[in-house]
Amino acid sequence: MTPLLSLTGLTKAYPGVVANDDVSLSIAPGEIHALLGENGAGKSTLVKMIYGLVKPDAGQMQMNGGDFAPTDPRMARAAGVGMVFQHFSLFDALSVAENIALGMETPPPMRTLAARIREVSETYGLPLSPDRVVGDLSAGERQRVEIIRCLLQDPKLLIMDEPTSVLTPQEVEILFETLRKLSAEGTAILYISHKLEEIRALCDVATILRGGKVVGDCVPRDTSARAMAEMMVGSTLATPKAAAHDAGEVLLSVTGLSVASPSAFGMSLRGISFDVRAGEVLGIGGVAGNGQDELLAVLSGELPCGVGMVQFKGSDLAKNGPEARRGLGVLAAPEERLGHAAAPNMSLTENAMLTGAAREGLVRRGMLNWTKTRDFAERIIAGFDVRTPGPDNAARSLSGGNLQKFVIGREVLQRPEVLVVNQPTWGVDAAAAAAIRQALLDLAADGSAVVAISQDLDELMEISDRFAALNEGRLSDPRPTVGLDVEQIGLMLGGAHGMEVAHV
Amino acid sequence: MIRIEARPQPSAVMAYATPVLAVVLTMIFGGILFAVLGKDPLQAIATIFWEPIFGEFAFFYRPQLLIKGAPLVLIAIGLALGFRAGIWNIGAEGQYIVGAICGAGAGLAFFPTESVLIFPFMVLAGALGGWAWAMIPAVLKVKFGTNEILVSLMLVYVAEQLLASMSLGLLKNPEGFGFPGSRNLQQYPSAHNAEIIAGTGMHWGVVAALIAVIFAYVLLTRHRLGFAIRVTGEAPRAAKFGGVNPGRLVLFCLGMSGLLAGLAGMFEVAGPSGQISIDFNVGYGFTAIIVAFLGRLNPLGIVAAGLLMALTYIGGDIAQSQLGLPAAAIQVFQGMLLFFLLALDVLTNYRVRVGRAEVA
Repeated sequence: MTPLLSLTGLTKAYPGVVANDDVSLSIAPGEIHALLGENGAGKSTLVKMIYGLVKPDAGQMQMNGGDFAPTDPRMARAAGVGMVFQHFSLFDALSVAENIALGMETPPPMRTLAARIREVSETYGLPLSPDRVVGDLSAGERQRVEIIRCLLQDPKLLIMDEPTSVLTPQEVEILFETLRKLSAEGTAILYISHKLEEIRALCDVATILRGGKVVGDCVPRDTSARAMAEMMVGSTLATPKAAAHDAGEVLLSVTGLSVASPSAFGMSLRGISFDVRAGEVLGIGGVAGNGQDELLAVLSGELPCGVGMVQFKGSDLAKNGPEARRGLGVLAAPEERLGHAAAPNMSLTENAMLTGAAREGLVRRGMLNWTKTRDFAERIIAGFDVRTPGPDNAARSLSGGNLQKFVIGREVLQRPEVLVVNQPTWGVDAAAAAAIRQALLDLAADGSAVVAISQDLDELMEISDRFAALNEGRLSDPRPTVGLDVEQIGLMLGGAHGMEVAHV
Repeated sequence: MIRIEARPQPSAVMAYATPVLAVVLTMIFGGILFAVLGKDPLQAIATIFWEPIFGEFAFFYRPQLLIKGAPLVLIAIGLALGFRAGIWNIGAEGQYIVGAICGAGAGLAFFPTESVLIFPFMVLAGALGGWAWAMIPAVLKVKFGTNEILVSLMLVYVAEQLLASMSLGLLKNPEGFGFPGSRNLQQYPSAHNAEIIAGTGMHWGVVAALIAVIFAYVLLTRHRLGFAIRVTGEAPRAAKFGGVNPGRLVLFCLGMSGLLAGLAGMFEVAGPSGQISIDFNVGYGFTAIIVAFLGRLNPLGIVAAGLLMALTYIGGDIAQSQLGLPAAAIQVFQGMLLFFLLALDVLTNYRVRVGRAEVA
């Protein structure tokens, strides 16, 4: 059978880095083909070349046996390539149908389009009403808009870039059903992800990229996740291991925490309660936008809360700002690295000062000790394997993963009693993620209490002792991680507090 | 095709090169402007930049450089602290006026008593007056979230009315034959901000400006408050996460810039100007905004920028009288300087590439 799309010797270099080096692969019609690799392995560049966003320096592409060299996405779409990006490009104020019409060259009348959208959404099991305003849709529903937008063009090849990062397990199942149906009808799918279990569940073939090169192929169903991860990373992985430990006294206690979100698009927190003990990791899961940022802001001291809602070792923290909390040993690392956890244009030394001032003794009577701060920054760089020429470099010059290691390292090295992290390994490659998780586990083993807020369920299952889910600003009761299965977690994430929904 | 792309790091070279480049571009386009007005561009530029320092009457103009530069530097230093933190005090002119009124009023209250305590008391009063005037937008911003740009700017016009009222009423010289304006402080030795070394233009305001420069330099590079200012300007959320209280920072920055502007006004009224009059203020408070940016919001840069700006003031005056250039042309010339500087700023963080565009 002629492959639908075949790539031969594709090469693309950017100043200082070869993003793709002699990449060849072929996709058969109806095949679900995984493109697997760490951040920076060259997955995005490769699909951008297929979609006409980037022009290759060398190599050929063939579609159905004929030459294929799209110079822009319009040409790629005309040839039957559709792409669903990780970040949606939708207008909140417009309806689903209007958004879809905007992306079309010659949109049909609205009534016809709405009927087509209904038809496609029913055929592929993607429930979506064309009249709804996009601003009211969940992340999963927004993704459906993007998928339907592609499907309306009858693509031969659908490229999906990390589609499940914003979905609940149930939504992932719906998506997979749709993709399988498409594949059965002969549409090929190029599926980009670094979630190995998903790829094993969905994909027929996987191509693994590392450092811009193809390092291997495999049939995911017959390959263990560990083997694939090792191909991806190129070395044997150290699974983070928690040392056996007993939970100690309660360090951080949150009782009936209700706070209105400072932002119009934020999520207010409603009656959140939990305790974290010394030596324990509490994992808080949930889909983004359900109050994660607000919870971190309250715990770090940026967002004020009522008296008695947050207590550290039994004493109230309502009047303590971020600096005072650091003094006590309550530290935090927010999700957004550039602009929140670190100042992008300032050097790593200056960013080390940002939170290290009190606990590392970098300030004496108001005067800053830059020598000592530089030493601290160098300790973080050495201790957490941050790849940078030195502490004088601006935070924004670091890759996402390296800056994340710096941000986490900065807090961990200050020996916190309580550490709250939000999305500690978001956008970080597998090796760095493992190192960060290990650091959090070591911290807990040394007697700190760790609150890990994350959307990555695998991560939370791996590191937490107890698990709770944030939904619409409410937190489910924390439950021991051991013995939780995916279905129970899905119900917790979907907002079924307790298990009462189970008997519906 | 020409396109600009982000630099991975801000360029240190460009940060220093852009002010020079801006001055050069201002000279070129200013020259074109003067040529269009029918003047010899080279001569006009030479009159503005050369005449005051090396010309025939340089002995008169050189001290003027300090006299005009000192208030600019003093005010610009205060503004730069706020600008660094993203707090925009546009009303230094008003704080300058109120500082002058309070300083002069404090001195005139004791007229004709002679005492060494009077001058220090006037300094205090001037500083306090400018500070209090700046605290109006500061408190309104912290309490009610008003925009400090608008409030501080509007208060300039209020201050100008206050100045007119003082010149015609409360502070009017009782022996002034009905002319508006206060007594001349130059003729009241205890209150006179005289030259410390005669003929140099060096008065107490120059000393205060130098102290302010050193103070601001140490604050910004070595003190925790200066660090808070810088982080707030770079990344407000990171600053808040780091423990900076944004409200307190607004109070400090606006208060400090008001205080320094008030001081500048007080030194001016007690020295070079001599009296409170309706047209006492000549726009130092606004020009200082240009000075602050031209000096890269850096205390040492501001000294150089203040002297350069003073030069264009003095040279502009000479060009007006000798070449008959309109005053507006000189103001456009000064405005160009700020325009080019801000426009070229983009080169610090971006570089210009010539070549085919590529969507990456």
